[in-house]
Amino acid sequence: MTAILPITADTAALPQEDARPGRWRRMPAKAKVGAVLLGLFVLAAIIGPLVAPYDPGFQNPAPGLSLHAPYGAHLLGTTQTGQDVLSQLLTGIRLTGELAVIVGVVATALSVIVGVTAAFLGGVWDEVLSLVSNVFLVIPALPLLIVLLGYLQTKGQDATILVLSGLGWPWGARVIRAQTLAIRNRDFIAAARETGEKSWRIIAFEIIPNEVSLIAASFVNTVLYAIGASVALAFIGVADLNSWSLGTMLYWAESQQALQLGAWWWFVPPGVVVALMGAGLVLLNTGIDELGNPRLRDASSASRIAGHWLPPADPTPVLAELSRHRGKLAGFVHSFSRSSLLDETEGGQAR
Amino acid sequence: MSFLLRRLGFYAVTAWVALTINFFIPRAMPGNAVQSIMAKFPDLQPSAYQALEAMLGVGHPGSIWHQYGSYLVDVAHFNFGTDVTQYPTQVSTLLAESIPWTLTLVGSATVIAFLIGTGLGIVAGWRHGGALDRALPGLMFLQAIPYFFFALILLELFASKLHVFPLGQGYGEGLVPGWHWAFIGSAIYHSLLPALTIVLTSIAGWMLQMRNVMITTTGEDYVIAGQAKGLHNRRVIFTYAARNAILPQLQGFGLALGFVVSGALIMEIVFSYPGIGLLLLNAVSSNDYPLMQAIFLVITFAVLVANMIVDLIIVFADPRARAREATR
Repeated sequence: MTAILPITADTAALPQEDARPGRWRRMPAKAKVGAVLLGLFVLAAIIGPLVAPYDPGFQNPAPGLSLHAPYGAHLLGTTQTGQDVLSQLLTGIRLTGELAVIVGVVATALSVIVGVTAAFLGGVWDEVLSLVSNVFLVIPALPLLIVLLGYLQTKGQDATILVLSGLGWPWGARVIRAQTLAIRNRDFIAAARETGEKSWRIIAFEIIPNEVSLIAASFVNTVLYAIGASVALAFIGVADLNSWSLGTMLYWAESQQALQLGAWWWFVPPGVVVALMGAGLVLLNTGIDELGNPRLRDASSASRIAGHWLPPADPTPVLAELSRHRGKLAGFVHSFSRSSLLDETEGGQAR
Repeated sequence: MSFLLRRLGFYAVTAWVALTINFFIPRAMPGNAVQSIMAKFPDLQPSAYQALEAMLGVGHPGSIWHQYGSYLVDVAHFNFGTDVTQYPTQVSTLLAESIPWTLTLVGSATVIAFLIGTGLGIVAGWRHGGALDRALPGLMFLQAIPYFFFALILLELFASKLHVFPLGQGYGEGLVPGWHWAFIGSAIYHSLLPALTIVLTSIAGWMLQMRNVMITTTGEDYVIAGQAKGLHNRRVIFTYAARNAILPQLQGFGLALGFVVSGALIMEIVFSYPGIGLLLLNAVSSNDYPLMQAIFLVITFAVLVANMIVDLIIVFADPRARAREATR
């Protein structure tokens, strides 16, 4: 459940009609499902390796235990060498989850630093930082990751985290820069300036708190990217193949021909876990989006609240402006308004 | 026109960054390509060390700027060096063999997925809260599945169990690639399941974006004005709402392409499809650095070219982009 807290907390930052308790109940259904799914995986990552019935690497030499279908002693069956799939899965969830969260934190921190710096300094700094973000957005990440990690002799967890974080920040930086540009000229920032607040104070106490929900959405997206990229990298063998992550499980299943041998219990569980993690994150993000932009909400829930058919209300102008810079939709509309060096619409809009 | 020129400038910078990164990676990374190749092939005599160095061009003769210059000249001539595992085949020959496969499969499947997804998004956005709109969370689950895993499942179901589709490869055994129907038919048949994988996994993403923009556009005053005038619904949807909503969608297409193509490459591995993805896997598993780097460049340039095409379409489709140019 830890995953929900930052999200629910920041809804308070948005103007809401009433802040009575029961926020959880009023959260969009999609966000609830996403939060519950993620909560389960966080739990599995924390206690998983402790409750795993076997050592994931232990190769049981018993003759009958090679590629055994699921049964009582091995709830998810065994691999070709008699390893317990469930134990591998529980260990793998922790390793993959750990990597994704660390990459999410580091890359999101980088995007906040770059985005806020670009918007706040303006001028040449802004142009250069925006250009760099745009360039690294266009260059396809996965082949570059493969080349970078391919040259490393030790393709361990740390190297993967480093490289994934190093390439994972441009998306968030763009969105956060756009939002900072929009906030920068608001009255309350001008007021803070007039009272003689220092720049770092304005950034830390006026600007960043107003971007919490955007930063949360950016974090969720980065975690999603980290899971996808690390699993794909491990699948093609660019990872520490002696460790047990969801990606290396899929690598071994593929390279030892689990599919051809009909051992579905070997390659289906890790893939389903990856898909469920991803779905949870996507749902959570859509939920955050809908919280800020009532128009995107499921129309059925609107009618249920009102008791009769009533389309979702138009957002107030302020909300609309805020929501234009968040989440998926906003990410897309905004991240593709071109870099300020090459396109003037974005800067023109914000100033 | 200057809009396009500035875009061209951006792509030139991006291409230069990619080329430069590619040049410096082998020189900056702590590992040693020659050593890892030697480790991979224990049969090699120690005397092969120098030969490998010369072959890979990692012996670093001359100053770094001199190397950089000759590297740029080489790339401009599509000279990516000699392959390590399939010595003495040129890397460019290997690329030329696999690019057409990937380009046809991934290119057409991505465009089809984009068109279907956008169409569904228009409907879902217009009928907000309708049946299609409510199916969206289910589709988002499809989107969250890694491409290659979805490919594994489809392969298990349709090839292993039901025997409807072949178990991979690009064309039937015993066929000679060429422009005759037996081969083309077999190639199309073999590409159906990979194409289905790409379409099914990426459709939800396009649909969600289009739906979201469509919902916002539908609330605009000019759409309501169109309806108030009593225009036919079809005209309001397509010429009023969708026409505007599709612009951010097109821009999204350009950038998301990198992700889609990367995912599709990994998927090729599952199908043993003879494209760039399979080549990349072989390069990774045999520490074939020249090939890996050449593939990175090829994919990057393909994405850049696709982005340029998208830009052209946007300028063509959006009168505002042209008007902005006319006024400056």
